[in-house]
Amino acid sequence: MMKTFTGIAASLALLGASAANAQDIKIGAVLSVTGPASFLGEPEEKTLKMYVDEINAKGGVKGKKLQLVVYDDGGDANKARTFATRLIEEDKVVAMVGGTTTGTSMAMGPAFDDAQVPFISLAGAVVIVEPVKKYVFKTPHTDRMACEKIFEDMKKRGFTKIGMISGTDGFGKSMRDECVKVNAKFGIEILGEETYGPRDTDMTPQLTNLRAKAGMQAVINPGFGQGPAIVTRNYKQLGINLPLYQSHGVASKQFIELAGEAANGVRLPAAALLVADILPDSDPQKPVALAYKKKFEEATKQPVSTFGGHAYDGLMILVGAIERAGGADSKKIRDEIEKTKGFMGTAGIFNMSATDHMGLELSAFKMLEIKNGNWALAD
Amino acid sequence: MARFLANRWISLALVAALIVLPGLILPSSYYFRVGALVFISALAVIGLNLLLGFAGQVSLGHAGFVGIGAYAVAILPARFDVPVLLAVPAGMVLSALVAFVIGRPILRLKGHFLAVATLGFGVLVAMVLANEVGWTGGPDGMSVKRLEIFGERIRQPRDWYWISGTLLLIGMAIAQNLLASPTGRALRALHDSEIAARVAGVDVARIKVTVFVISAVYASVAGSCLALLNGHVTPDAAGFLQSVEMVTMVVLGGMGSLFGSIIGAAFLVILPQALTLFHEYEHLMLGILIILIMIFLRDGIVPTLHRLLMERRS
Repeated sequence: MMKTFTGIAASLALLGASAANAQDIKIGAVLSVTGPASFLGEPEEKTLKMYVDEINAKGGVKGKKLQLVVYDDGGDANKARTFATRLIEEDKVVAMVGGTTTGTSMAMGPAFDDAQVPFISLAGAVVIVEPVKKYVFKTPHTDRMACEKIFEDMKKRGFTKIGMISGTDGFGKSMRDECVKVNAKFGIEILGEETYGPRDTDMTPQLTNLRAKAGMQAVINPGFGQGPAIVTRNYKQLGINLPLYQSHGVASKQFIELAGEAANGVRLPAAALLVADILPDSDPQKPVALAYKKKFEEATKQPVSTFGGHAYDGLMILVGAIERAGGADSKKIRDEIEKTKGFMGTAGIFNMSATDHMGLELSAFKMLEIKNGNWALAD
Repeated sequence: MARFLANRWISLALVAALIVLPGLILPSSYYFRVGALVFISALAVIGLNLLLGFAGQVSLGHAGFVGIGAYAVAILPARFDVPVLLAVPAGMVLSALVAFVIGRPILRLKGHFLAVATLGFGVLVAMVLANEVGWTGGPDGMSVKRLEIFGERIRQPRDWYWISGTLLLIGMAIAQNLLASPTGRALRALHDSEIAARVAGVDVARIKVTVFVISAVYASVAGSCLALLNGHVTPDAAGFLQSVEMVTMVVLGGMGSLFGSIIGAAFLVILPQALTLFHEYEHLMLGILIILIMIFLRDGIVPTLHRLLMERRS
């Protein structure tokens, strides 16, 4: 038994030592490549590998090659924490781009903060960077921004009394909580609220309840997966004529396929990446979004997803910071990440600061309307 | 060797050596963390082994108790200002109470029915933890206040290595004591034949509930340790996959072998770390290894090796 243990310990030690050139700049990534969040983690991994290869082929960063170390946490926060410790202690990475879900990111955050190694998370929730942790950053929009974008659009169209139906999955619940925090700021009153489980197949009762509320002008549906598609279809079947808003959680072609005819007229906020083709040429985001989309789709033969885009943004912000820091000093890199200004990523323009470790503004979201089974810009 | 292992003190000393010796040479806090995880899992697995390996009662929801222990040290200090050191026994009491209340009706079931009922319990705990956002922080979890002893914050993996190692040793000693007592003999009687045990005068229902409660307390302590080591808890700690992993650790290491519980836990915690060498193939490798062990070491790693050793002797 002792022999097995020493054997394993030896192979672990070998693992640490096997890694290449001391001249390389090592960056880490703990991603949920398998497990329930794999649809997020997989494009992230592919994106990171693809661009690290590209950067190295062009001569690396400041003449040094990047070396990417990827670990798969399977969506488990405890495993993620172990791999985070491993990246810091064994692989001695200078920084990390990863953390696919909010749960794994929150579990890893303290480890990087303690070790003073910068960590750029790819997960959604606002709690990752609020309150600000010195070494933790993130690139995706937050669910609060999605709420604000929707409420902004409602206000513009003159809706002040709305209903809300949300999923009870992590995404739906988190976004719902953010929405009820910011609705008053836009002068919007939530008249009625309903929820559904992630595996429910019929939301007619909840929608009938909502419809019965007098004075309702629009309905918002924070949710993820198939739930929102069912809501959209039931909505149409019940003949409810009020405008329906979906969240960025369903900003994929799959949603339109699932909801069919009923999807027409639905509005939702989404990253520019999804509609790169139809953005006006004057939009400064267009070239970046188009280039990423083309490269990802050619390399993987899969439709582009915003999640991979977040990994692209994270990697490029980090590479920019390493270049400005002039070397592989984690503390200097952190300072430079915080000074990121005007970086055009797939999610929008990043302007980080000491108080804002995400740096995106509401304009990063585009309000889309589904027309004839396709995306169209609403404004 | 066999008689050697059977001696309680010697096997305890062996476990102590397995904790102390690596602790002296491990190079970084990453290794200490992996070691601490091994001990924490082993503690929970010893508890489950008492139930599964000795009493022969299946539980597919044991991670539920890990979850209760973990969230006790997360919620009580954060929401009620309970000192962390008190929250750990509070979690133990709560787990014991829950196990006692549900144990009575659930343990009347046998075989698949018992498996399904315990599975339901585990899923229920995970669902409550994921849905009571106001209390638990929902699916993204919540952060855990660090343990403070004499004003020192205990958060280094190295500290937790020694704490969880000590707890494992204590847990092992208690389990050995229990097995050597009349209750332990009643447990084994129950495993071999419930009817025979009843005829021999064993209060079957009481014994089953007792061991269920004990195993729940083991899981709860492990959960508390895990939460304090990580400083953050998520509902996956109580998830179904975690329950399955615990059962796998029991079966791999060897049902009815306390030492096997430690080996099973070490195997499933360390191996995925070592297998990252194979990148995309790590899950495949892990699966193949487990299948091979189940084919060639059918009674689990420790009992099979033990038997082989005995055969060679004689």
